[in-house]
Amino acid sequence: MTVWIAVGATAAGCYLMKLLGLSVPTGLLERPVVRRFAALAPVALLAALTVLQTLGRQHGHGLQLDVRAAGLAAAAVAVLLRAPFLVVVGAAVLVTALLRALLAG
Amino acid sequence: MSAVTQPPAMDAVAPTARPTAAVVRDSLGVGIAVGISGVAFGVAGAGAQLTVWQTCALSLLVFTGASQFALVGALAAGAAPVAAVAGALFLGVRNSFYGLRLSERLALPRAVRPFAAQLVIDETAAVALVQPDRRSTRWGFTVTGLSLFALWNLTTLAGALGAGALGDPAAYGLDAAGPAVFLALLAPRLREGGAERAVAAVGAVLSLAATFVVPAGVPVLLALAAVPLVALALRYRARRGAEAVR
Repeated sequence: MTVWIAVGATAAGCYLMKLLGLSVPTGLLERPVVRRFAALAPVALLAALTVLQTLGRQHGHGLQLDVRAAGLAAAAVAVLLRAPFLVVVGAAVLVTALLRALLAG
Repeated sequence: MSAVTQPPAMDAVAPTARPTAAVVRDSLGVGIAVGISGVAFGVAGAGAQLTVWQTCALSLLVFTGASQFALVGALAAGAAPVAAVAGALFLGVRNSFYGLRLSERLALPRAVRPFAAQLVIDETAAVALVQPDRRSTRWGFTVTGLSLFALWNLTTLAGALGAGALGDPAAYGLDAAGPAVFLALLAPRLREGGAERAVAAVGAVLSLAATFVVPAGVPVLLALAAVPLVALALRYRARRGAEAVR
C-alpha cells in the first residue's frame, strides 16, 4: 500500500511540474539563480545515486565494497568509450553477474 | 533517460525550415533508441520488489526515467517513502524548465497542454528545441514523445515480466543496473564543464559520508547541498582572481 502511495505522489508531482512549465508565464522561472540550481541539481542527485547504489549497504547504514563496484567500473569504461545506453548498463550487469558467479563457485 | 539522447539527431539540423520526413526520422530514432531502455526500468522495478502493476504504473504516470529509477532504487534500499518520493521529485524539477522553453516554441492551445505535458521530458525537449521553425518543433515534440511513450511502456512491461520469471535479480547482476543507469545519465553532464564535475564530486562525497549518520533515502537529498557549496566556492575564486589581477 505504501508503495502505491509513493507511486501516486511521484506521478502527481512529476506531472504537475511538467504542466507548470507549459502553463506559467515566461519569466517567472527565468531568474538566473533558479535556473542555475535547476541545471545543477540533477548533476548532484545523479552523482549521489550512482555512488550510493554502488557502495551503499542494502537495508542499513554505512558502506560496503562488493562486486557491484566492479560492475560500475565496467560501466564507466563503456561510458568513456561512448557506448550506447543499453551497452553501458549491460556491461555493469554482465561483469557483476560473472564475478559473483566466480566468487561463489 | 537523458543521456540516451544521442547527438546524431541534432547534428542533422539545418538552419532553415526542415522537411517533415527528416524531423520524423530523427524523432523516431530517439524515440526508439531510448524507448527500448524501458526494459532496464522494468527489471529495476522487479528487483525493488515492486509488482508488475506498480512498475508499469510508474512508466505510464511518472514517465520521466531518472525519477522512476530514483524512486525504485530508494525503495529497494529501504528508504522511507517520503525521502524516496522527494528524491524523485527533485529530479523531475528540470521538466518544468523544459516546459517553459517549449511553451514559447510550441505555442499550444490551452486545451492541448494537459496532454502534451506528460511528454515534456529530456528527449522531447532535446529534439524539439533544436528545430528551426514551429512546424518542425511540433512534429519533433509529438513524434518523439508518442513513440518514446509507447515503447517505454511496452518494454517496461516486458522487463518487469521477464525479471519476475528469472528469480533473484542479484544472481544475474541486475543490482548493478541501477547505478550504471545513473552513471550513463550523468556522463554527458560531466562533459559540460568544471562546475558540473565539481558539483558531482562534492555531491557524491556528501552523500557517502551521510550514509553513516542519516537514514536511507536522505543522503541523496543532502547531495543537493553541493550546488550552493560549489557556487560559493566558484564565486570566491572568481573574486580572488579579480583581486589578483588588480
